[in-house]
Amino acid sequence: MIWTFLDTWIVIIGVLSAVACALLGNYLVLRKMSMMGDAISHTVLPGLVAAFLISGTRDVFPMFVGAVVIGVLTALLVQTISRIGNIEEGASMGVIFTSLFAVGLIMIRQTADDIDLDPSCVLYGAIEMAPLITVDFLGMELPRAAVSSGVMLLVNVLFILLFFKELKISSFDPALATTLGINSTLMHYLLMTLVAATTVAAFESVGSILVIAMLIVPAAAAHLLTDRLWLMILLSAVIAAASAITGHLAAIIVPGWFGLGDTSTAGMMATSAGLIFVGVFLAAPRYGFLSRVLSRARLSQRILREDVLAMLYRRAELDPDSGAATLAEIRRLLHENWRVGLAVKALSRKRMLARNDGGWQLSPAGEAEACNLVRSHRLWESWLVSELGLRPDHVHRTAERLEHVTDSSMQEELFKAAGSPDQDPHDRKIPGNL
Amino acid sequence: MNVHLRIIAAALILAIPGIASAAGHHLALPSASDLWRVLSLQDYNTRVVILGTTMLGGAAGLIGTFLLLRKRSLLSDSIAHATLPGIAAAFIVVSLFGGDGKNLVGLLLGAAAFGTLGMGSVLLISKYSRLKDDAALGIVLSVFFGLGVSLLQLATRLETGNSAGLNSFIYGKTASMLFRDAMLIGVSAAGVAVICALLYKEFTVLAFDQDFAAAQGYPTGILDFCMMALVVLVTVIGLQAVGLILIVAMLVTPPAAARFWSFDLRRVLVTSGIIGAASGLFGSAISALMPNLPAGAIIVLVGAFLFLLSFLFGSARGVIPQRLKNRQTSLKVEMQHLMRAFYELAEEDGAAEELEKHPVKFEQLLRERAWNSTQLKRILRRARRGEFLRVGADGDYSLTRAGGRQARKFIRNHRLWEMYLITHADIAPSHVDRDADQIEHVLDDAMIERLENLMNQTDRRLLPESPHVISSQKGEAS
Repeated sequence: MIWTFLDTWIVIIGVLSAVACALLGNYLVLRKMSMMGDAISHTVLPGLVAAFLISGTRDVFPMFVGAVVIGVLTALLVQTISRIGNIEEGASMGVIFTSLFAVGLIMIRQTADDIDLDPSCVLYGAIEMAPLITVDFLGMELPRAAVSSGVMLLVNVLFILLFFKELKISSFDPALATTLGINSTLMHYLLMTLVAATTVAAFESVGSILVIAMLIVPAAAAHLLTDRLWLMILLSAVIAAASAITGHLAAIIVPGWFGLGDTSTAGMMATSAGLIFVGVFLAAPRYGFLSRVLSRARLSQRILREDVLAMLYRRAELDPDSGAATLAEIRRLLHENWRVGLAVKALSRKRMLARNDGGWQLSPAGEAEACNLVRSHRLWESWLVSELGLRPDHVHRTAERLEHVTDSSMQEELFKAAGSPDQDPHDRKIPGNL
Repeated sequence: MNVHLRIIAAALILAIPGIASAAGHHLALPSASDLWRVLSLQDYNTRVVILGTTMLGGAAGLIGTFLLLRKRSLLSDSIAHATLPGIAAAFIVVSLFGGDGKNLVGLLLGAAAFGTLGMGSVLLISKYSRLKDDAALGIVLSVFFGLGVSLLQLATRLETGNSAGLNSFIYGKTASMLFRDAMLIGVSAAGVAVICALLYKEFTVLAFDQDFAAAQGYPTGILDFCMMALVVLVTVIGLQAVGLILIVAMLVTPPAAARFWSFDLRRVLVTSGIIGAASGLFGSAISALMPNLPAGAIIVLVGAFLFLLSFLFGSARGVIPQRLKNRQTSLKVEMQHLMRAFYELAEEDGAAEELEKHPVKFEQLLRERAWNSTQLKRILRRARRGEFLRVGADGDYSLTRAGGRQARKFIRNHRLWEMYLITHADIAPSHVDRDADQIEHVLDDAMIERLENLMNQTDRRLLPESPHVISSQKGEAS
């Protein structure tokens, strides 16, 4: 790997555009409008060509205006068609952006001799070449892409800082925003304008795939990590920057492992954002896939442990001489297999079960806990029959679920509400009565 | 016209010079003989292309309808973009093992595998995280496409195999479709049509109410997979024809257009298939006539044009028929309100019995309702044309017999409903007028009969008294 000043500039440009996109992306994701970013980044194509044809130059300004106009027009068209024609927004977006993109392709084909706008350059971008095109900025010779995306980043940061409250309210509750005197339609189109502007700024340098990826992926990942808007924005910026840096590294390093040269930096930046997203999707503390699976597994294991205790209690109640239960017997009685072993081991660690001639028996602590559970169960059964009027043979299942979430104060209330019963509806003694 | 429409119109007008100068550049209009040659399918090549795109359009329109009903139109966008890494990976793998990287079977299998993977990822993300569909679609689309671009660039660096032409999967190369490709499209399209016909009932239930389908015992998971697999199939076979961005249009536009024509799913399906086929047919015919125009883009634009026509003129939901219908209703309502105003004015003067002989001044009518003089003049003109009223020598208006009949009928409807609201819905007499104003026009005979029985007003010659003070009288009193 050879790192040159070019690589430094590529990373700088990548980070600037990625962060600029990611900032706005937060609001797109929260407003459920992520695909609008995709649509706009396709439809700027005809906007650029039209701007070129009208102005006759490839200057930044007309191009910029053309793309912003078409970007806002896209948002307008999508919403108008979906509202007037009463069709789903996704469908109207699909119709609009493909049509405008097709118009763009035809315009490019027709003017191929006068204009060197290569559609594939638009899609993949040429970030590798971007540092070579320089402009004079405040007396320094800087890459044009760095200047344009830096300016865009600054504009977006200012936009978010200035309108943080307005954006927040109109994103989460447009109706409330309107009653508070905030023009949420205006906010919406300001946002769309900035999305279009950012897309154009990032467009020539990094290509539209990177724009779409950076608009959506970092913000989506950040959304899985936090519930606070400012933190989400901050995290999305960090994730965007990280994907840009690792993306470029991956583009020049990974192909080398297979004896090949380098590959598309923009593509790899999008890919590495995707990998970061996968990591977050799996491992996010509260909203992650694994933490959900884990907390569910933990809950069901706790319930199983409690079932083991209650089952042993009832077994001893039915036949005081039954003695210790073997693991196989517990498994059979609970219709569970390998998880029982784990539950029993955990219970013996907590000293709730004790070993006794080849089997397991409740320890005094376990007996107290089991007594508590069975008490909850039977109180629920009594209450369901006496207060709700359910049939005695219909209440076991409900009680079986509720016993795991009943604390002592609730037990007391149940006891009172059910008329301080001594026995449950199946004529079993309710344990623990004073 | 609302402000959005005006802004759009202005922007489109501004863009016209650009588009026109772009189009005018190299467009040579076809000669008559060219036109004949294409339309009569004399060229072998044209024949293949037209046949292929027509069948593709039909199949996409068919399965796209279910996609639209499931509110997953843009899923096709994600699937299409997700195929790119599959194509590039298939090329790389096959080339590394010494095969011909551009073998179509390999490429399409790779595309199908990654298309399915992309589709699965979208469904997985939106099911197992707090992110909504749109974010899931965007993530899969951009990440897979980014990966695809990187792999594609790697493919160009392979020593074995020539990767030139893989790009055509992005933009399509309709004009160079081979007989083999058309055959593949034909077989797949037939397969899609047969499966849609066989699973019509199941797909319909699934599309409208997934929970109901599950409650009916349908294997919704498998059915859903079948439906989405068909979408992947159409996407993959369409890649070569129109490219991965424009295949989205073939899946989304025809169904969206067809929905404007009918409320009946069967008809929507057929219409959508026809619109898809027509855009394929005319699109490729136009591009055969004018070789400068890329066929894929033209097919999409023909589809968009058909969408626009349907949007405006569609018989079921089209904007113009709907507006016309609304206009007709509001005209009818205005007329009936006018007749009632005549009656109420006559009643005020104690002349309700001789309604037709009671002349009314324009100013009196104007005070009766919230209409301005222009509106009232227009309604009066229409009433005269309908021979509901006549103008006296001194410019006063009075009702004809037909007008009187109308006035009595709607006064009666109005008051019956008011009485019903007061006695049966416990609404204060001062609050029932507005409600009755809206309902009086749509009460049918059966409803009137039930109201009459409830209110003991079975004699149709008698008109009930208004249960509240009529507003114009109140206005004069205060």
